[in-house]
Amino acid sequence: MSISLLLLIIAVIGVAGYLFGSWRANALAGGKLSSLHSRPGYYGSFVAIWSVLPALVVMLVWIIASPIYISSTVRGGFPEEVKATSQAEQNLAYNMIGAISRGLNTLSAEEREAMFADSATARTVLAAKGVPLAADPAPYMLTSADDLNRMTKASGTFLSILVIVAALAGAFVSYRAIAPKFRARNRVEGVMLVSLIAASSIAILTTVGIVASMATEAIHFFNMVPAWEFFFGTTWDPRFAAAGATASSGQFGLIPLLAGTLYIGFVAMLVAVPVGLFAAIYMSEYASRTVRSVAKPLLEVLAGIPTIVYGFFALITVGPFLRDISAQLNGLVTGNYASFIQAQSVLTAGIVMGIMLIPYVSSLSDDIITAVPRALRDGSLGLGATRSETIKRVIMPAALPGIVGALLMTASRAIGETMIVVLAAGVAARMQLNPFEPMTTVTVKIVNQLTGDLEFTSPQTLVAFALGITLFVITLCLNIYALYIVRKYREQYE
Amino acid sequence: MNMMSEAAVEKALDRQMNDISYKMIGKDVSVYYGEKRALYDVNLNVRENTVTALIGPSGCGKSTFLRTLNRMNDTIDGCRVTGRITLDSDDIYDPNIDVVELRARVGMVFQKPNPFPKSIYENVAYGPRIHGLAKAKADMDAIVEQSLQKAGLWNEVKDRLHEGGTGLSGGQQQRLCIARAVAVSPEVILMDEPCSALDPIATAKVEELIHELRANFTIVIVTHSMQQAARVSQRTAMFHLGNLVEENDTDKMFTNPDDQRTQDYIMGRFG
Repeated sequence: MSISLLLLIIAVIGVAGYLFGSWRANALAGGKLSSLHSRPGYYGSFVAIWSVLPALVVMLVWIIASPIYISSTVRGGFPEEVKATSQAEQNLAYNMIGAISRGLNTLSAEEREAMFADSATARTVLAAKGVPLAADPAPYMLTSADDLNRMTKASGTFLSILVIVAALAGAFVSYRAIAPKFRARNRVEGVMLVSLIAASSIAILTTVGIVASMATEAIHFFNMVPAWEFFFGTTWDPRFAAAGATASSGQFGLIPLLAGTLYIGFVAMLVAVPVGLFAAIYMSEYASRTVRSVAKPLLEVLAGIPTIVYGFFALITVGPFLRDISAQLNGLVTGNYASFIQAQSVLTAGIVMGIMLIPYVSSLSDDIITAVPRALRDGSLGLGATRSETIKRVIMPAALPGIVGALLMTASRAIGETMIVVLAAGVAARMQLNPFEPMTTVTVKIVNQLTGDLEFTSPQTLVAFALGITLFVITLCLNIYALYIVRKYREQYE
Repeated sequence: MNMMSEAAVEKALDRQMNDISYKMIGKDVSVYYGEKRALYDVNLNVRENTVTALIGPSGCGKSTFLRTLNRMNDTIDGCRVTGRITLDSDDIYDPNIDVVELRARVGMVFQKPNPFPKSIYENVAYGPRIHGLAKAKADMDAIVEQSLQKAGLWNEVKDRLHEGGTGLSGGQQQRLCIARAVAVSPEVILMDEPCSALDPIATAKVEELIHELRANFTIVIVTHSMQQAARVSQRTAMFHLGNLVEENDTDKMFTNPDDQRTQDYIMGRFG
């Protein structure tokens, strides 16, 4: 029986359980619902949950466990000389057995006979049925494949019976449990609570999993390259080693990448903070309701543009524009029409990233400014302060901690931003202060190190994980600090 | 202040009341919030150096009227005021009037104490500073001290002027807000239910303060408490459903009102 059919049967049992459960509760109440502890629907849900949940758990466990069991049994049946070979070769043999077993299912009885009589024909026979084999199978493989098929089939039948029995048993037991004083509501809500907790733990566990996987790879890297060379090295020169040649190890200095990241992030904040903040002040304090209702969503559309599009914009519009205008300026001043801003530069990436960040700054700050109690505004205006005096002297000081928190969050976005810098910042890992020259960032180098055909055991690739976890720790710290500040600020008015 | 001079002040005030000099005159004042009309042609005059109490059930328009007197309604989207309100014969809704200057002359104290998240000193100095009332630091110190003294708060806070204003108790915060309003030397002080967030002892202090402030300022107070109106005011105006029902001497209002609705409200039959 297929899994989807089984699921359907479970669902049907669940629905039936719901209907019977609520019907029985109604019957027990005898028209006087107040004699029940919970409303009939809760009794129905209780029965439905007990029909569906245990059956699903049984199914899940079986689906995970049975292939493991079957595989070990089949491998246990291998002849001794195969068992003596390496793990990889055994895996190959097992894979071929799996292919044969799929092919066997398509054969008629006579074809089967013929094939078992002469295992050398197996390859051609199965190929005709659309199941290619890598080599002529050994005779034991045919029997193993047969065993495999038999066990899979038995397992499927057993699963169906087990699941249906579990569903019916659950339904029966819970149906019998229904009594007027039975607290069905509390049970059902308990299940709801558990599922909510499960949902939130998935998000948290995923984070933990990501960190753990990055950390393991990073540890591999640090086994090959000393940590201090990575964190304090000032040269980035990974030297893509040819396959097999381990002699040229390269240098993995984080400092130039970090410098580029921070420099570009700084230029971006230089653009985003004043523009975003002024936009937020206008939106929250001056704009009439109609202007606000139109302009605010428009501004927030900027946040919905994929960053790769900003990357194009930087690459084909802003970069060349800056280069050309610098050539014109240079020409006007010195007569020499050579551009001093390169198309790919810190400035280009910073400006475009700043534009990308404007909606974050403005929308977060707008929320924070709006959260400043109206009473403070009225108090200041009532003393004869103008709007701008009120903003400067009362609202901004009151909102400042929250705004600083918002800016820190924005900064952590700037540091983690990838696509814009990949296209606009360049790939040269250099340490310099001229914003008109290209620099590169941590994220760009992660992309560089991981694209292309590379083996996952060389430091050249593994360095990406070390970079990733460094970036993660930096942005995590920024976010935690930002949350701490924002929370502290909230307490002031509550 | 000794007994004699206090009696003299009372006498002077009584004489002024007999002459009846009006500080603010409202004529046919109507207020609309968008489509909704909140006030219907209110004619109400505010006498100088007098405490005028505005009473009435919730939503009757008394706070709305109060806020028209220093144009605080301007800050509400979709609010429109018609009619004419004068302050010493200046039309305050005249386009040539600077609303900032108006609010310096007509100060306001709000329902909930709303000290700025600054020090006590800075709270009081805020108004004088934006209006440039003090040249040197010594002048500012003097203004702050006088204002706090007028608000009866000086003795309680003189040793911690540079601590946060939000750390004071509710009653102290409200008196700090009054000191803040007094510091810009307004001519009129509007109070919007200044005691509704305070406990009885703090209320008594604020009421006493209102009584003293009357010597220097004209006060208009909105209150939900009839006893408070009776205790602190000399004139009382009763609002109902956006109309001014009756305006009279407080004594008369609470003993023998002209209007049946006033009587019913004061007796607690509605509201």
